[in-house]
Amino acid sequence: MKKISCENLSKLYSEIASLQELYLPVKESGVTNYKKYENGAEVDIKTLKTVKSAKDFFFPQTEDMMEFKVNGKNIEINDARKVANPFVIFGVRACDLKSFDILDKVFLQEPVDTMYKAKREASTIITLACNNPEQTCFCKTFGIDASNPAGDISAIIVNGEMLFEAKTEKGAELLNKLTCLEDAGDTDADAERAEIVKKSENLPFANLNLDEFKGENLMKLFDRPEWAELSKACLGCGTCTFVCPTCQCFDIRDFITNEGVRRFRCWDSCMYSEFTKMAAENPRKTQLQRYRQRFMHKLVYFPQNNDGVYGCVGCGRCVQKCPQNLNIIKVIKKLGGKNND
Amino acid sequence: MTNEALFPVVGVITDIRRDTPDVKTFRVVTPDGKKAFEHMPGQCAMLSIPGVGEAMFSITSSPTNTEFMEFSIKKCGCLTSWLHACEVGQMVTIRGPYGNGFPVETAFKGKNMLFIAGGIGLAPLRSVINYVRAHRADYGTVDIVYGSRSMDDLVDFKEIQEEWKNEKDFNVYLTIDRPQDGWDGHVGFVPAYVKEVNIPTDRTAILCGPPIMIKFTLQALLELGFEKTQVYTTLEFRMKCGIGKCGRCNVGNQYICKDGPVFRMDQLEELPSEY
Ligand SMILES: Cc1cc2nc3c(=O)[nH]c(=O)nc-3n(C[C@H](O)[C@H](O)[C@H](O)COP(=O)(O)OP(=O)(O)OC[C@H]3O[C@@H](n4cnc5c(N)ncnc54)[C@H](O)[C@@H]3O)c2cc1C
Ligand code: SF4
Ligand code: SF4
Ligand code: FES
Repeated sequence: MKKISCENLSKLYSEIASLQELYLPVKESGVTNYKKYENGAEVDIKTLKTVKSAKDFFFPQTEDMMEFKVNGKNIEINDARKVANPFVIFGVRACDLKSFDILDKVFLQEPVDTMYKAKREASTIITLACNNPEQTCFCKTFGIDASNPAGDISAIIVNGEMLFEAKTEKGAELLNKLTCLEDAGDTDADAERAEIVKKSENLPFANLNLDEFKGENLMKLFDRPEWAELSKACLGCGTCTFVCPTCQCFDIRDFITNEGVRRFRCWDSCMYSEFTKMAAENPRKTQLQRYRQRFMHKLVYFPQNNDGVYGCVGCGRCVQKCPQNLNIIKVIKKLGGKNND
Repeated sequence: MTNEALFPVVGVITDIRRDTPDVKTFRVVTPDGKKAFEHMPGQCAMLSIPGVGEAMFSITSSPTNTEFMEFSIKKCGCLTSWLHACEVGQMVTIRGPYGNGFPVETAFKGKNMLFIAGGIGLAPLRSVINYVRAHRADYGTVDIVYGSRSMDDLVDFKEIQEEWKNEKDFNVYLTIDRPQDGWDGHVGFVPAYVKEVNIPTDRTAILCGPPIMIKFTLQALLELGFEKTQVYTTLEFRMKCGIGKCGRCNVGNQYICKDGPVFRMDQLEELPSEY
């Protein structure tokens, strides 16, 4: 294990940034998001949830795919994918780390999404344990341990010092290059981790019952009358899907430029009325149907196809950001099973 | 350019023929005159005109055609109108093949076949029918029930009259919705016609057409004594990626683009009715 005093963290950031591009949570005008590190940036490792989740690194909000040159009847196709240079992400929390596993199940399954894969391979992930999980956090419900995320290097703050442990070869390689770190000696994080586990246990939504969400209940859950009440206030704004680290729906669109046509992909949302609209009809005509799709996908369909792994990591972003105060916790409480009140 | 799932290749339209007032059939090859890729009956491809749109179409030509692919396209929006207005020599982009296709080499093999189509629904079936013709010994009797609004709306009319009707052990039943000058065939809707013809229940049935036609024809088949496990259909859903990643065509735990578009009726029963 290695360590550094939290007062000297800017030294660590500069040193990593001198080796590779470094991205970490930065506060700008009161809003914290992952940004590329620059000298003097207001790094914010107190805020647990960046507004945009870390999925943006591998599955960006918009991403160029190809350019077309159109000349009369002729078309020429040119690759417009950017080369993924090696980069480091610092400060990834346990929930976002788990979301990468979930995205991997989609994008790395055959046929492999090479745009995603290239960025995934170019990254070195430094995770950070959550010393103070918040009221809206319920990662524990999905079996995630906020005190001990892995990644390539795991970090945790103990008594004003940050401790580091390499979890992969790639992580060890980076860790060994960092001269600003000192050996941690016999300092250990066990007591702090135990403390975090205790805090997580006591959060209000730490132990939601998910028993009902299984494949054989699909039709029963789909037909539950409670969806009407649950979805009544939904505006179809799509905020919940955009902030969600595991939502992976995308659109492919063309943009006409001076040189030709650029095709890019961008996040899309199953909450939008246009999402499934076809010439003759729309199979999901009501917001109830769209709302139900989002949660049935995360809690029933996705696990059915992926060995029981749920498509939610309990980060609580949708809990914080929905303008109508709707969220997955309310769905789980209503439909998940006994003792959820 | 690599040949990855979301990245198309260039194709050229080498022939356009008008089938009906709003359906044209387009022949597509690569710029060096080859087929863009191999496919199985019932599989689809994404065609695009950059800046106009990209959409999924059934490959209506048979895999046994080694020279080109064909698409029967109904004019209904941005891309399809653009294609209807273009001329031979126009380049497009093409990617695929997508979807599971019909089980022609497994469940269909050795079976008596019943094809039922409405309107443009013949597009995906044409590929299977011609595949069966090319491997005639592998399949039994073939019945085809095909209906459209009018005589002019029957897709591939010439091929049906000149080729399919003359094929050994092929029975072709055509119908149009309303009487029309110059039509001495059957008049009436497909579901009623299917019952009237009273097709033996030893057939494997494939149904393709507008949802309402599928619903009533399935009812008719069940009344004739068919089991749901004998009846196949292909679904249509809005699509973007074609490979089960963009999430658009997800219904229940299935992705229509990848797990479909061909489903057996009993499989559809296990899905929420959102298609
Ligand atoms: C598996 C599959 C196979 C298909 N096979 C054929 C075929 O063989 N021949 C054929 O003519 N058409 C086929 N279609 C339908 C075809 O994809 C749509 O007609 C096409 O997307 C319309 O594109 P557009 O740009 O002209 O319309 P747009 O301008 O995009 O839209 C016009 C209208 O069509 C709707 N629309 C968009 N996408 C679809 C869609 N996938 N299906 C239906 N409506 C849509 C829009 O919401 C809008 O209401 C198939 C669709 C699928 C999913
Ligand atoms: S649940 Fe909330 S955030 Fe999501 S679309 Fe509805 S109103 Fe918007
Ligand atoms: S559904 Fe809500 S709580 Fe679950 S991962 Fe998405 S944003 Fe986080
Ligand atoms: S079209 Fe993208 S998942 Fe089916």
